[in-house]
Amino acid sequence: MQQRIAAPTVTHRPVLDVARIRADFPLLSRPMNGRQLAYLDNAATSQKPQAVIDALSRYYAEENANIHRGVYELSQQATLAYERARGAVQRLVNAGDPHEIVFTRGATESINLVACAYGNAHFAEGDEIVLSVMEHHSNIVPWQLVAERTGARLRVIPMSDAGVLDLEAYGNLFTSRTKLVAVVHVSNSLGTINPIKEMVATAHDHGVPVLVDGAQAVPHMPVDVRDLGCDFYAMSGHKMFGPTGIGALYGTTSMLEAMPPYQGGGEMIHTVRFEGTTYAPLPAKFEAGTPHIAGAIGLGAAVDYLHALPWEWIHGHEADLLAYATARLQDVPGLRIVGTAPEKASVISFVIDGVHAHDIGTILDQEGVAIRTGHHCTQPVMERLGVPATARASFAFYNTRDEVDALVAGLGKVHEVFG
Amino acid sequence: MAELRDLYQQVILDHNRSPRNFREIPDATTTVEGTNPLCGDEIRLYVLFDGDVIRDIAFQGSGCAISQASASLMTSAVKGMTRTEADELFRAFHHMVTAGPDVVPDTKALGKLAALAGVRQFPARVKCANLAWHTLHGALSDSGDSVSTE
Repeated sequence: MQQRIAAPTVTHRPVLDVARIRADFPLLSRPMNGRQLAYLDNAATSQKPQAVIDALSRYYAEENANIHRGVYELSQQATLAYERARGAVQRLVNAGDPHEIVFTRGATESINLVACAYGNAHFAEGDEIVLSVMEHHSNIVPWQLVAERTGARLRVIPMSDAGVLDLEAYGNLFTSRTKLVAVVHVSNSLGTINPIKEMVATAHDHGVPVLVDGAQAVPHMPVDVRDLGCDFYAMSGHKMFGPTGIGALYGTTSMLEAMPPYQGGGEMIHTVRFEGTTYAPLPAKFEAGTPHIAGAIGLGAAVDYLHALPWEWIHGHEADLLAYATARLQDVPGLRIVGTAPEKASVISFVIDGVHAHDIGTILDQEGVAIRTGHHCTQPVMERLGVPATARASFAFYNTRDEVDALVAGLGKVHEVFG
Repeated sequence: MAELRDLYQQVILDHNRSPRNFREIPDATTTVEGTNPLCGDEIRLYVLFDGDVIRDIAFQGSGCAISQASASLMTSAVKGMTRTEADELFRAFHHMVTAGPDVVPDTKALGKLAALAGVRQFPARVKCANLAWHTLHGALSDSGDSVSTE
């Protein structure tokens, strides 16, 4: 019998009307398989508020032009809108300067950018890159690729059965060859919130820079990159209520300036001659080619939307959903929650005795409940915890206790089918 | 609306609970690994050929009810068949799970395997039913020691 997990304490009661917030997200009101959709797969991607959808369509209908190159009014308007979005992301994470925000295709590209540009320039044979066992594949494979190219090797921070990183072991991983730490802020498969500020301080004591994968953190909590002290912070637009295909990389001015370009092309140059090319200043140096202008503008609209919601309310509401779902799920026969760190975002992975996660997912889908099943792109986590796959419900601020109830009722159906 | 009971028929639930031929064959002629990279399902298929005939076949691995039941039903069905017969059954099975929902499965050719026809209504799950069969196809054609559904 699994020990009952203490539900997180709820310190803030919801003050905003969730029904009104849900009305901002058109997709949430669509039916699914004859029922009201309960969308509980926010760690995979979030739904979009009408404001984001409108920003995309307004850009294409009224503002579309290439940026940073036209002398005509329309191009200047598009440039202004694109740069305004950069400013919005800068303020969201409290970066010191807008040029410390580089637009990318997403968190994956943000990490690849650093792995290529920083790694190729600074890693050598025998150097070490420190990662945690709970990284998403997107914060593992880019480092493996750069390790293959440079002869560097990976060192892995272990975790407990509950899904908490072993900070003592982390401290002991540093050697004179440690060149970079890459660690996830919030685990997408376990929900664990890692003590990033403390981990950055440890790394900096050893003179080692830190990249943080913040894809799962930004939609749930205020992030202050200067308070965290990290050198790089990767973000995904579509996980924070913005469009797909857009994300951002925060990097400190000194780190970004010390890196060669990632990709070559237009936009990122100062002058091009066959004898040699000089590069544009930040952030253009890392934004080769015409960027995803509409996506950046849509992301800016998503950030504006988030800014209008008090973080205390988001935190209080999501903590309530996490506590309620944690309690209700533990009453489901044969169900075990995977990932029980004391500090968790609103993500619950679970397994049910004798029923594979995919079967749970298919049956819940018939009940209108959308959850993710599988290894969640974290195969080392699954291997560490000895489970082939989990089912995962992940909540956003627009989810409700009713949707948790629909999840639990759906699991009753699983029990009916599998007996 | 797709029906759950079409997918999770009794024979499938039974083969999932107590899979047949779930074991290793130490002196297998061919051992092939099959994986479904997107969902992480894995199967290791052991085939012992006697000339052209599949004298013994067994599997190990982990996955959902559909992939486990499909592997169990498949090993039961092809044991004793020649390579050609097994390959014909592979084609018939593949046709069944990819045909439109109105196509009536050829129960005479497929026997108990027809229980898996329900996956047609669940496109995301067709791969689960196919994993064992693609792995068998790899073993029959000797095309390598690993097979992927992607």
